[in-house]
Amino acid sequence: MRRTLQILIVLAFVVDIPEVGHIAHGNLSSSFWFWNVPLSDPFVLLQSLLAGAPLAQTALIGAAIVAGFYAFFGGRIYCSWVCPINILTDAAHWLRQKLKIKGNLTMSQDLRSVLLVMALVLSVITGTLAWENINPITLLQREIMWSSAAGLTFLAALFLFDFLVTRRGWCGHLCPVGAFYRWIGHYGRLRVTALNTDSCSGCTDCIKVCPEPHVLAPLFAQKAITVTNSDCTRCGACLDKCGSGALSMKLDMGRGSSFRGIPIVKN
Amino acid sequence: MSKHMPAKESVDKSVIEEPERRKAIKRIFRHAGLGMLGTVVAQAAIFSRPARAAKILRPPGALPEKEFDSTCIRCGLCVNDCPYDILKLASWADQAPLGTPFFVARQDPCRMCTDIPCVKACPTGALDPLLIDIRKADMGVAVLVDHENCLNYKGLTCSICVRVCPIQGEAISLKPIQNEQGLLQIPTVDPDKCTGCGTCEKHCVLSEAAIRVLPRELGLGVSGTNAMGRTVW
Repeated sequence: MRRTLQILIVLAFVVDIPEVGHIAHGNLSSSFWFWNVPLSDPFVLLQSLLAGAPLAQTALIGAAIVAGFYAFFGGRIYCSWVCPINILTDAAHWLRQKLKIKGNLTMSQDLRSVLLVMALVLSVITGTLAWENINPITLLQREIMWSSAAGLTFLAALFLFDFLVTRRGWCGHLCPVGAFYRWIGHYGRLRVTALNTDSCSGCTDCIKVCPEPHVLAPLFAQKAITVTNSDCTRCGACLDKCGSGALSMKLDMGRGSSFRGIPIVKN
Repeated sequence: MSKHMPAKESVDKSVIEEPERRKAIKRIFRHAGLGMLGTVVAQAAIFSRPARAAKILRPPGALPEKEFDSTCIRCGLCVNDCPYDILKLASWADQAPLGTPFFVARQDPCRMCTDIPCVKACPTGALDPLLIDIRKADMGVAVLVDHENCLNYKGLTCSICVRVCPIQGEAISLKPIQNEQGLLQIPTVDPDKCTGCGTCEKHCVLSEAAIRVLPRELGLGVSGTNAMGRTVW
């Protein structure tokens, strides 16, 4: 489902349907969907503005639509449902599990915030879009759309890094784009909710499959019934994995203040 | 976990003296190391800011290079909308900032569409939407760089560059020069009329073009002041 959407989004830019043309023009930095709906990446636009670019109407509208969507639902939906790099890193993770590679270089998860600040500061200093000079997301998309291969070494390095060096290394620790969307969607309303706490068997399968396992911790500590941590990518892997139906994804308009939680040990 | 913490700490204290201080020093060094690494990377990024090579030409209406670099968001909409597919987005193999649009005149020159679809496609104004007349575009300026090999300088009347120019007779024209070989017809560019589309460079019959489109600041001298800034009359 999630993978399908990611691939569909890539295809929307690439495939030229006869009589209709492309569904989407441009790439994830900025695009036109269905010929007149502009969408722009607010992070790229922010870099651009910090680098000293004047304001531009189309790009601002596009960025506002995207930012508004993620601010309401939850920022890192981008990471698990849209970003093409996620396909690559998930594949690396899958291979890692299959081959049972245990070695793990521990890094702080805040490294991505450091990179985010660095990207913005460097944009101010250099007057160029600092992160866009290496951004593997748009890089991968360009490779696919205009079939070039010059950046393949970098993408391969990224795959190997996630595969051999650090578990969920790129998406979970380094990527400043994820950090940016996390920041935008801090109050995102689409949340994983533990409704049927009684049916939880405490198998911790959800934590094992979660790309950002720490977001589920409050549920197990019985401090909350919803995942409010903005690191949650809303990928839904925990729902798919959960055999007991204790978890569900819900639009949560309340403040999530009632402390029920899932008991980790069941009598 | 929290139950065991105090016991563990007391064990640590008996083995290592002043563990707090050691921890603090360790932390300081770790942060300093991270800071240093960050500085090295940042400095490398600043100094390696890719400059565009002379043969890399920007689409019509492009802002001056520095502003273009900050305003262009590398979306490729101009590339998509170019009907002749001359525009490309720079990869790491190209001599321009990653993801920015460019064309190389010798490979494929700008066809100067009168409706300028690339400019209309730009969402940020990196290609200036105020450019309405393609004849006012400034992608560079054609310069006859090689007088030694240009056939017209050898007394032939090749003149292919003059004949293919889309702004015919205005941007580039033949001007007669008398020298020891006789009367030569020399292709002469009017820099105010030339848009830098690169059609002349594309069609030059030599295996390497004698006439080339260069960014204006490279292709043209400026009179008015000497190197010390004094006005020269």
